[in-house]
Amino acid sequence: MLGFLIQRILQAVVVMLAISALVFVGVFAVGNPIDVLISPDVTQQIRLDTIARYGFDQPLWKQYLAFLDRLVRADFGRSFVFNMPVLDLILSRLPATLELTLAAVLGATLLGVPLGMYAGYKPDSLVSKAIMGLSILGFSVPTFWIGLILILVFAVNLGWLPAGGRGATVPILGVEWSFLTAEGLKHLLLPALTLSLFRLALMIRLARAGMREAILSDYVKFARAQGLSEGKVIGGHVLKNISIPIVTVFGLEFGATLAFAVVTETIFSWPGLGKLIIDSIQSLDRPVMVAYLMLVAFLFIMINFLVDIAYAALDPRLRTGRA
Amino acid sequence: MSAPVPKSPVLEVRGLKTHFFTRGGVVKAVDGVDFSVARGRVLGLVGESGSGKTVTGLSLIGLIDPPGRVVEGSVRLGGQELIGLAPDALRRVRGRRIAMIFQDPMMTLNPVLKVGTQLSMALRAHEAVSADAVRRRSTAALGRVGLPSPEACLDAYPHQLSGGMRQRVAIAIAMLHRPDVIVADEPTTALDVSIQGQILHEMQSLAAETGVALVWITHDLAVVSSLAHDIAVMYAGRIVEYGAADEVLSAPRHPYTRGLLESVPGEAAPGSELLQIPGSIPALVDLPPGCAFRARCRRADGSCETMPEIVADGAGRTLRCHHPLEAA
Ligand SMILES: Nc1ncnc2c1ncn2[C@@H]1O[C@H](COP(=O)(O)OP(=O)(O)OP(=O)(O)O)[C@@H](O)[C@H]1O
Ligand code: SF4
Ligand SMILES: [Mg+2]
Repeated sequence: MLGFLIQRILQAVVVMLAISALVFVGVFAVGNPIDVLISPDVTQQIRLDTIARYGFDQPLWKQYLAFLDRLVRADFGRSFVFNMPVLDLILSRLPATLELTLAAVLGATLLGVPLGMYAGYKPDSLVSKAIMGLSILGFSVPTFWIGLILILVFAVNLGWLPAGGRGATVPILGVEWSFLTAEGLKHLLLPALTLSLFRLALMIRLARAGMREAILSDYVKFARAQGLSEGKVIGGHVLKNISIPIVTVFGLEFGATLAFAVVTETIFSWPGLGKLIIDSIQSLDRPVMVAYLMLVAFLFIMINFLVDIAYAALDPRLRTGRA
Repeated sequence: MSAPVPKSPVLEVRGLKTHFFTRGGVVKAVDGVDFSVARGRVLGLVGESGSGKTVTGLSLIGLIDPPGRVVEGSVRLGGQELIGLAPDALRRVRGRRIAMIFQDPMMTLNPVLKVGTQLSMALRAHEAVSADAVRRRSTAALGRVGLPSPEACLDAYPHQLSGGMRQRVAIAIAMLHRPDVIVADEPTTALDVSIQGQILHEMQSLAAETGVALVWITHDLAVVSSLAHDIAVMYAGRIVEYGAADEVLSAPRHPYTRGLLESVPGEAAPGSELLQIPGSIPALVDLPPGCAFRARCRRADGSCETMPEIVADGAGRTLRCHHPLEAA
């Protein structure tokens, strides 16, 4: 297990390095950052000073090393637009996104897995057909459209739920969360629903496929031959087997949703990272873009790492022979 | 119709019919099967692939899934009728009084659960047992089937055991509640010949010691001859010849049994050409009337276009054939 950990950490470092190079080239080496920093009619002297201050006169590789050095010290500089340290800016927006993503992916899993398992267990029942219909819907309807329809129905026409924003938040350990107040929950509901429909469809499919396969397997036949009740066969035998792909997809989807909540956050003016990055791209706020890209890459790697550990914990066949 | 069993049977199957109602038609996988087994005895159920052996076994323990259904017949276990029993009552019989083991020991154990967990679940399916007792009884059960270090085995996952060990674990699970009957569906087919021999030997002594009756399903006549007291030969969902194993094997009277024996390499005279039964088992959908073996039988004539009844020959054997071979 220790060897496995070290191997994964080394891998993570290499991946982060590669990504930092990509980000550096994409953000710093393309275009002229100085033009957005200062107005075109300042004196040449101020212009040169600014270039020197940000190191834009240095050769590219030196700029990259300096960039790396700052990354390692978690110094992402100051936002050009907000004029505050980028790290603080990002960290102030991260909880909103985390909260939205977690609500969406967790909700989709907790609902989708039982629905999918039922649909796999009784494939011919009417309820199962309705469940599969829901899953087809979730796959085929685009997120922004769902978001707009939900706003139209629940916010505009019925007026039950707010159309945007985050509502009241409660601080825990210095971080603001919405899900702890009724009003915050109301604000969370529509964007989380929007974001979760695709994931719900995915989880239904996954659980259904796992259940279909398991139910025909010999170990289920043997478990039934032992006189186990159907509840024990499903809860004791099948669930652990099908949880392996589900945990994997949960992790991957969590990462992907975190990074791609952009559209939903924009539609619902959810003050999270997605909205921040869109605003930053529009105003060419490079330090924010860099920090965002590095953070997302880092979160992806961390999530994959956790998924691998969960995977090894669930599937004994992966543990032996490598430990 | 007399059964060739001396003692009163613990398992009695009469007129069992299991059909599958598929889109392509009704598959009559089991279409009139009669046999019985007494305590401590072994019945070999043999036949080609597709003859309905597995479906027969699953029917005995009530595990036929839709579109299949036991449409007719009786399965009596220690006098109690199992056909038509409510699902939960049947569940309580399954594993406790009649158990079943399957062909592939790789697949029958759950790959993600420890052997001990699987034993514990099987034990607790029928008894409320303390954790201590579970461990004690599981260890004993594994020891009984000849596993060298039962304690270590409890903490192992199936993939850490060899095929033979896995099948022993499955047998231990089947034996947990000391059932009256174990249905074994080709449990040694996937194993090495030497391991196969060991397991056959152990099953034989387990049957003798504990009095469990075995229904041993196989297509391997060598296995039957070394293990079974009685033999039932199945063809296209029906039993065509049934009698004491040594007698049936040494002097088959049904043309199909004869054909099976002639196609076994070890049984034919050295150097002589192996005989094959021509053709293959017919599709079990829309089977034409008459003897199902007709198209492959050298003795067939016009009378074979009506289905022969199963009749006793008066010497302890029952046969389903209009023109059986001479008795030895
Ligand atoms: N679920 C099912 N639906 C339709 N037909 C089925 C089903 N299960 C079994 N059958 C049919 O029943 C017949 C008997 O199958 P069975 O598995 O009992 O044969 P078998 O004697 O055990 O053969 P093998 O030696 O290959 O295991 C086959 O023709 C098979 O196609
Ligand atoms: S009944 Fe006729 S066809 Fe069938 S096995 Fe006997 S002789 Fe052959
Ligand atoms: Mg079979």
